[in-house]
Amino acid sequence: MARGSVVVTTERCKGCGFCVEFCPTHVLALSSAFNKKGYHPPHMVEPDKCSGCNLCGMYCPDFAIFGFKSAETKPVAPAAGPAAAEAAAVEAKEA
Amino acid sequence: MSTLIEPTALTNPVEKVLRNDRIPTIWCPGCGLGTTVNSFAYALMASGADLKKTAIVSGIGCSGRVSGYVALDSFHTTHGRAIPFATGLKLANPELTVVVYSGDGDLTSIGGNHLIHAARRNMDILVVCVNNMIYAMTGGQAAATTPGAATSTTTPYGSFEPELNIPQLVDAAGACYVARWTAFHVKQLEKSMTEALKKKGFRFIEVLSPCPTLYGRRNGYADGLAQMKEYKEMAKVKNGAPTYEVAITHGQPIIVGKFVDRDRPDYLTLMRSQLGAHYHEVAEVGVGCGDESEGKEGCCSC
Ligand code: SF4
Ligand code: SF4
Ligand code: SF4
Repeated sequence: MARGSVVVTTERCKGCGFCVEFCPTHVLALSSAFNKKGYHPPHMVEPDKCSGCNLCGMYCPDFAIFGFKSAETKPVAPAAGPAAAEAAAVEAKEA
Repeated sequence: MSTLIEPTALTNPVEKVLRNDRIPTIWCPGCGLGTTVNSFAYALMASGADLKKTAIVSGIGCSGRVSGYVALDSFHTTHGRAIPFATGLKLANPELTVVVYSGDGDLTSIGGNHLIHAARRNMDILVVCVNNMIYAMTGGQAAATTPGAATSTTTPYGSFEPELNIPQLVDAAGACYVARWTAFHVKQLEKSMTEALKKKGFRFIEVLSPCPTLYGRRNGYADGLAQMKEYKEMAKVKNGAPTYEVAITHGQPIIVGKFVDRDRPDYLTLMRSQLGAHYHEVAEVGVGCGDESEGKEGCCSC
């Protein structure tokens, strides 16, 4: 069970890759899907490795991603987690 | 379909201090300005500053847009004049925490004289200078901070002017707090900003930040990320380094850290003690021309 997860607001993303590059555990990759402006938002490729440290959030110049720790947010996060839903949406688009 | 996450309890923590209706920002993909805003947003929250009594002032330029994205009382001023506006704000309402957030072209070139004298006066403001080493918004002209040999729209054969060492300048003029970080050093920058927000006197933080559009692409960086990686590789943390040793030279290590942290009485404190009984807070004497008679065209709108 991952210690954390991320939420991506895909439409804010400009595909700069900062979050992918500076995630200490290499959780993220730029997806091949496009958002409305034609950028490739990130998605989780190694979700189990996410610690919820929020470094991705600190680096994102467009406030499009942030990390959160699982325990803290359990009461408010929906069962599957918005990150999972978002990743699924990106995945579905890719497929 | 990719969807926009509806705001829930699980929203980006920085949104508490941002004007979310103004986002997405106008900044280019890979611009580091937004990254510095993250550090600032967390610092604002960590410092315990009363956000109702905190004001942010910017000059002109890409960095000048920051004041429009942060949910504080914001002033977007004329080119180079952020510090004089901030000075007026602080003197008229001393209980405000006043932050100037602007770029290198605006603060050190167009408004360079104001920078020197605010540091000399030890005006109680925090100045965050985002240094992208170029006049970005106006078209990529060389600035006083453009490193020697760098190519810009006005130096197509490379700049032949030595660049300004800003920490040394403000240190010499008397700043109480001087630090430099890069957009790569998000955590250190947050800590520095938090510390500086709590301190009194003239505080100055320089943040090197990638400008892929107008600086990077002319100087061998494929994108913003390439500049960020260079910061990671080339930065050397040297807290307390003498500021005359921290000039940025192309191809040399970038010295970052907290260089100066000292205390000396600020402008307002000195003014109050010097004037003694002659000093009155603005609120006591009232603001304006004093002529409030109806229907009369006054000298101002008081
Ligand atoms: S929260 Fe931390 S570990 Fe998780 S994706 Fe972001 S940077 Fe990586
Ligand atoms: S840092 Fe932000 S803008 Fe850049 S790729 Fe990641 S989510 Fe997108
Ligand atoms: S021109 Fe440069 S500084 Fe301005 S928004 Fe674009 S990348 Fe950022």
